Amino acid sequence: MATSVDRTTICVALVGNPNVGKSTLFNALCGLRQRVGNYPGVTVEKKLGTAELGDCPCTVIDLPGTYSLAPHSPDEMVAVNVLLGRQDSQDSPNAIVAVVDASNLQRNLYLVSQLLELERPVVLALNMTDLAENRGITIDVERLESQLKIPVVPLQANRKQGVDRLRSHLAEAIQAQYAEQLPQHECFPAALVAEVDALQEQLASQHLPRYLIERLLLDTSGYLQNELLLAGDSAIGDQLAAARARLAEQGHPVPAVEAVARYDWVSQMLDGVVTAPSQRVVTLSDRVDRVLTHRVWGTLVFMLLMLLVFRSVFSWAEPGMMLIETGTDYVSSLVDARLADGAFKSLLLDGVIAGVGGVLVFLPQIFILFLLIGVLEDCGYMARAAYLMDKLMVRVGLSGKSFIPLLSSFACAIPGIMAARVIEKRRDRLTTILVAPLMSCSARLPVYTLLIAAFIPDHMLVGGLLSLQGAVMFSMYLLGILVAVVVALVLKKTLLRGETPPFVMELPSYKIPSLRNVAWRMCERGWAFVRRAGTIIFAVSVVVWAAAYYPHDPAQVDAGIWQRLDEIDATLKDSPSDLAQVAALNEERAALANRVDGIYLRTSYLGRAGRAIEPVVEPLGWDWRIGCAAIASFPAREVVVGTLGVLYNLGDQDEESTALREKLTAATHDATGQKVFNIPVALSLMVFFALCAQCAATLAIMKRETGAWRWPLFTFTYMTTLAYVAAWATYQIGMRLLG
Amino acid sequence: MTKLSDLTVGDAARVIEITGQDQVATRLLEMGLTAGADVTLLGVAPLGDPIELELRGYRLSVRRAEAQRVRIERV
Repeated sequence: MATSVDRTTICVALVGNPNVGKSTLFNALCGLRQRVGNYPGVTVEKKLGTAELGDCPCTVIDLPGTYSLAPHSPDEMVAVNVLLGRQDSQDSPNAIVAVVDASNLQRNLYLVSQLLELERPVVLALNMTDLAENRGITIDVERLESQLKIPVVPLQANRKQGVDRLRSHLAEAIQAQYAEQLPQHECFPAALVAEVDALQEQLASQHLPRYLIERLLLDTSGYLQNELLLAGDSAIGDQLAAARARLAEQGHPVPAVEAVARYDWVSQMLDGVVTAPSQRVVTLSDRVDRVLTHRVWGTLVFMLLMLLVFRSVFSWAEPGMMLIETGTDYVSSLVDARLADGAFKSLLLDGVIAGVGGVLVFLPQIFILFLLIGVLEDCGYMARAAYLMDKLMVRVGLSGKSFIPLLSSFACAIPGIMAARVIEKRRDRLTTILVAPLMSCSARLPVYTLLIAAFIPDHMLVGGLLSLQGAVMFSMYLLGILVAVVVALVLKKTLLRGETPPFVMELPSYKIPSLRNVAWRMCERGWAFVRRAGTIIFAVSVVVWAAAYYPHDPAQVDAGIWQRLDEIDATLKDSPSDLAQVAALNEERAALANRVDGIYLRTSYLGRAGRAIEPVVEPLGWDWRIGCAAIASFPAREVVVGTLGVLYNLGDQDEESTALREKLTAATHDATGQKVFNIPVALSLMVFFALCAQCAATLAIMKRETGAWRWPLFTFTYMTTLAYVAAWATYQIGMRLLG
Repeated sequence: MTKLSDLTVGDAARVIEITGQDQVATRLLEMGLTAGADVTLLGVAPLGDPIELELRGYRLSVRRAEAQRVRIERV
């Protein structure tokens, strides 16, 4: 059967509008045999899978959903290049599967009319036939097939119905490419065809596919002319302009001519194929939509839903986070008990386990957030959220599509940054990504909790309605939002200058979310986080550990301490019968061990760095220990709590610890003996952590999503600068008012 | 001259043309707002912008700024 085709090089591409169930079909075809990557230099996700066609294994490329194959940017160019076999390291597809929504053939066939010009066999996958049925739409599949002259396969990809038939039709189509000529497809007026012919002759030396020549004529943005390296050729530019002028004279103005011609062709193809009820059936989806986009109810439901998402992320994640923390503690205690003290043990405990545990602890939140985002996406609500919020976001120079990524960032910036993929315009996607880390994520909570509990008086305001502590916590969140608004506005006026992006968005029909799809996407994105962020955090944690551990010189510790430790050990060895004495000795021993740890840390490279930067952090009201803790918390900001504990000789502490709270309130400057912490210092530290970019994982994901290190570097620089200036202002103003 | 942005909720209209030749115009055309297409204004977002349209059997939302680019006649 498939003898004429090399087994390994068969490849098909899935193309279709957004929301037509393309990913569902991809999963149904390939199952678990799929991998996700990125096309080099762009932010387009590269999804490849393997499917069986008849008896041949075949590579399936899942291209991002699109309404039209008219590239205006490098991201949009990828799909065209892949389909035409011009993308490096990619075989040209032997066949194209055009996935269409049966309930909305008119608009879906627009893209198909472009696909038919790519000189590849096309199979039409008529998906969501159940949805069409619900709307009372019937489709004469045989007639559609004979009109289009390509195989048409009705499908319900979510129930895996029709997938086998699609496979066999694909296998046949691939054979047919070698057996016979492809059906000729032409939907343009003769005048346009003649212009394309003339251009093709002229550009013969470039060996461009006819489709690209046609696009060159139709693309008024000039992008394609640049992309195809014809920019320097001013003669071509003049010719294109002249050709467009001639077409306009004949009543075929560019760019309208393309849409008019294609939609006319679509009407011809659908003539006698689709029977829809003359009176549109009011579906459940319509009724739901009427409520969800209602002025009052829609807004109310939206706010409740966002609150629910937000609360669930925190409350549902709680047991999972506790489990992971317990697990990490258990592994730590195992290592602690089995290994002798020394550098290796410290590396395992404080570097590896603490570092990896620090990443893992956020996994439940990230997974739950991905799950909820997936459900909202799959049921069609995400588009409504963008619709409802657009006006608000326009004021910041963004569009409604930025809302969900920014909201997600309150739980964790990583899923937020990854959710920004839905934003088509690169500039707006970048702005969203760059301000996302300013939203107060859950890793800032331990820092806020500790400092607020320790230093903010427990007053009640507004007659007991609001506590001062709660107000301070709320202002930290508000600060992040306000700064994000300002930064977004500034970015849109300077670095990422551009008009407010247009908002032309389909509002898809609501549907019951497919559990399999949602779970699949959750695992895929969650795993991407573990792999990319995990490795970076791991590496950085080890580096910070080394800086905090070495040189680890026992000579730096007062001899008296060593002596006393030896004495205690000797006494304990004799197992004295007085239990109270044993307890007292153990306590003293632990206190001394903490002091030794404190001295080691103070004399470590990190400690020295902390002292070196003391003049820099002094204007913020910080002593060298806080400076140290800020440096050590570069991999993950919540580390600052534990580091403060070690620095103030308490051993590792968590934010609930009263000992740490008391120690912080009692801490004094080495030289002057004055208290280190007061309200302005605590506020300045909180403000710093509200605005700084101390999260290696976020920076790593940012690199992945933007494709370059310069954006995470830029973000780190601008956020650290802002954090420093704001912390300085907070301290100085606080001292004037309170000091 | 009537524009798509002039409609009130429930109004039906027919597209005459899109003004301009930029990417926004191309986008509107691709989404089916070509001469002769029927559109109905289904609703307005709670904050007054964007608007929700029905055309060619599906729902599309555009901002008023984009809707101003669409010349229509009422039917």
